Amino acid sequence: MYVVPFHSLGLDDVTLVGGKCAHLGDLTQAGFPVPPGYAVTTMGFEEVVEGHLADLLASIDPDDVTALEQKAEHVRTVVEALDVPSEIADAIAGGYEQLSADLGLTEPPVAVRSSAVAEDAADASFAGMQSTYLWLRGVDEVLAGVRRCWASYFNAEALSYRAQHGGKSGMSVAVQYMVDARVAGVMFTLNPVSGDPSSIAIDASYGLGVTVVGGEVTPDSYLFSKVTRELVRSEIGAKEVECVADHEQGGTVNREVEEERRMLPCLTPEEITRLADIGRSVERHYGGPQDLEWAIDRAIDEIFLLQARPETVWSQKRRTVLAESPLAAIAATFMGGRPTR
Amino acid sequence: MSHEFPSPFDVETPAGAEGWEEMYPYYLLFDPARREEEANRFWFYNGMHFPEPMPAFDMITAESCYLSIGLYQGRVFSIPTVLGIEHRVVNGYVYITSNEVSDPAEIEKRLETFLPRIGYYYANWDTLVARWQVEVDARIAELTALEIPRLAELEDEQELIHDHKLGSNYRLMAAYDQAIHLYNELNQLHFELLLLAYGAYLTFFQFCQSAFPDMGLQTMSQMIAGFDTTMMRPDDELKALAAKAIELGVDGSFTEGRSAEEILEELWASEPGREWIADLEARKHPWFMMSTGDGFYHHHRAWADDLRLPFTAMVGYIAQLRAGQELDRPRERLLAERERIADEYRDLLATDEERTQFTEMLGLCRHVFPHAESHKFFIEHWGTSLFFNAIRKVGAVLAENGFFPEADDIFYLNIHEVHEALSDVGLAWAGGAPGRGTVYWPKRVERRKEILATLAEWVPPPALGVVPEVINDPTVQLLWGVTAERLRAWASGAGDEGGVHGYAASPGRAEGPARVVRDVNEIGTVQQGEVLVCSVTAPSWAPVFPKIAAAVSDIGGMMSHAAIIAREYGLPAVVGTGHATKQIKTGDRVRVDGDTGIVTILD
Repeated sequence: MYVVPFHSLGLDDVTLVGGKCAHLGDLTQAGFPVPPGYAVTTMGFEEVVEGHLADLLASIDPDDVTALEQKAEHVRTVVEALDVPSEIADAIAGGYEQLSADLGLTEPPVAVRSSAVAEDAADASFAGMQSTYLWLRGVDEVLAGVRRCWASYFNAEALSYRAQHGGKSGMSVAVQYMVDARVAGVMFTLNPVSGDPSSIAIDASYGLGVTVVGGEVTPDSYLFSKVTRELVRSEIGAKEVECVADHEQGGTVNREVEEERRMLPCLTPEEITRLADIGRSVERHYGGPQDLEWAIDRAIDEIFLLQARPETVWSQKRRTVLAESPLAAIAATFMGGRPTR
Repeated sequence: MSHEFPSPFDVETPAGAEGWEEMYPYYLLFDPARREEEANRFWFYNGMHFPEPMPAFDMITAESCYLSIGLYQGRVFSIPTVLGIEHRVVNGYVYITSNEVSDPAEIEKRLETFLPRIGYYYANWDTLVARWQVEVDARIAELTALEIPRLAELEDEQELIHDHKLGSNYRLMAAYDQAIHLYNELNQLHFELLLLAYGAYLTFFQFCQSAFPDMGLQTMSQMIAGFDTTMMRPDDELKALAAKAIELGVDGSFTEGRSAEEILEELWASEPGREWIADLEARKHPWFMMSTGDGFYHHHRAWADDLRLPFTAMVGYIAQLRAGQELDRPRERLLAERERIADEYRDLLATDEERTQFTEMLGLCRHVFPHAESHKFFIEHWGTSLFFNAIRKVGAVLAENGFFPEADDIFYLNIHEVHEALSDVGLAWAGGAPGRGTVYWPKRVERRKEILATLAEWVPPPALGVVPEVINDPTVQLLWGVTAERLRAWASGAGDEGGVHGYAASPGRAEGPARVVRDVNEIGTVQQGEVLVCSVTAPSWAPVFPKIAAAVSDIGGMMSHAAIIAREYGLPAVVGTGHATKQIKTGDRVRVDGDTGIVTILD
């Protein structure tokens, strides 16, 4: 099974399709607005890539930093040039054709993104670095995108990390219908600065969300209260560039945002509320704070979720100071915060 | 250490107010003999309770409170980190400082007494509140019945010969002493439960802040709001009287700009008008014993003695009722909303332990906090109004005997000087000659009035002395909103660039023309849609709250009366700005942001 559509995936499929695809599948099944797509499973990666690289990988010395970078680059060049067996290539192409049929579009634009299978979050984040390819059209571009995602598995940081920590991992790839984003960004279902779980923090800018994730713009920053359902704070960012489809060359291009649009809020209060409601539902669905990527489609004005992962920093900390009893807590107040024992 | 605020010894007396010191007792003045010690401490202006220069007699309101606060903090509850609060007067204004305990061994020792004593109070709260009420009621009854004898030409035969009573001169002195005692006793009761009620509130607030750092104070207060409090009752009576006027068809008499006397005169002339007056009389006792101020100055008369505020309010309420608006406090809505908010926050907590603590703390807070509002009616309003009225009668006796022209002139003598004056008048009456005070007092009273008028124009610095690194006394933070951060902002003169910064006390944003009100008696000038800018707002100003767009005050912390009322009315409010009444002029267009605590002067 080389490809599986999102609507057939769930959280149990992490080892087959990686965390990103498994979550997209689960969100799709739960009825959240996820653009349709499919996962290229780790089976293809294992057969095509790992089968050919055992010797090459064994020769890597993780402590030799200079050599490591060169080796990694070499590995990636090898991977990007590999012949994909026709059985696998046909499956990937079949997935794309099915997606086109489902959407009723000829050569629909897609995003191709890595979805690493890793035993811990650090490895997963190293492995997935920078491997998002947007606005690809047609089977050939999709296949090239998949190979580049596979190659991204072998960046220097990830190689070094795996050499030191070991662990079984692999790489799956998500092929997902491309939302033509008017506005996009990230959303935390808690305040990432204070850790307040009653807040939802949204960073948003014009165009695709890559400018926000990659730190290329100062986005608008909104803080929304889940309880009072009010906008607690909004800071309007400079938003100088936006990443949009390059309809002539293919792929995407960064272009300047016109002066008069830069300092305007890119989301309306109503959109913020809708986003926050979706964020809260996803958080409830998973029973914990989430880190989400989202986009609003230019043509149909709908919100789409592009990625969901558990928030890991604050959700593992305990913030609240507990006292033995209300009386002990009050005693501590009168003590000006000093311990009462 | 640097002085970020002036030394108390460097504060200049404004021209025309020279000699202000002689109207206050020696123990309330900064003493140059203790310069080193006193200048290196941190004193802040208690404008929240004492926003005007203190008439000599009125200093008792401060003295009586600090007798009790320190008694409970230091000697009864043995709060480990604080002994009590000291106060001083500078150019007629009250400055306070807390005496903190820093020796760890001493803190440890005090803790052993502290825990069981406060534990007893919280465990027996309802019984102790009931006991408190009985004791307060008894003092109020005694103050109500207190007889102030006049000095007649001849004593009554029955009283002196047959009943063998004390002479009027003795009884006058005893009645004065008794009034002082009763007022002091009421103030002991004032703080018996109050500190503990605030302690529970602050603890819940701190818990919320640690669990939900972004939670605003207003949201936290909403979880406590909606309780029935005696403090709301006088205003409810005004609303009922407004409705009654419409019911009886006499509402036409209540028009803007008319005085209470004019309205009443017209009402006396008709049968339905007289019926309305009968209803007014029935509702007045005791609810019109509400002070027009906060209950700390003699000139803030009770509504019963000064009908301007209640009648201004009723004119407004009648207009609102005619326009089809609801006047009732939205209690049901407040209660439903407080449950929803509390439930949602509880659900957001990570563990069962946290949820249990949240529930227990909130429950305790809702149980004990209503006392913090209700006590005000009995102590600061009813009891204090009765006390000042008793002193006014003593003043009438002194005035009759030529000590000064008006009964109210007694308030320009301090409590000890009144004692002396009563000895004087009693001796003179018994001795058959005019009192020495007839020459001594008139010119002093005149001079003191001039001094106080001059001092009223002076702006007291928000603090004096040296700013501490941290402020440990939690009551200071809670009640006065004084934090080290706040002080730095005051010292730097924040708000010089057209903005006024304070505490975001009640959320929301509003714009409107400013109405600067420095004296509660000017409250009638407030027009619909204006932004009220005042030194401090008192609960009895509630009647103008439906009129105004927002409220801004110089003074006040998160627990200040203004903040509590504004949150209940859902009115944007910024409190504790330090100098809003000086920076903003009546008619300025201002924008009040109750979310950020910033007031912007637009033009």
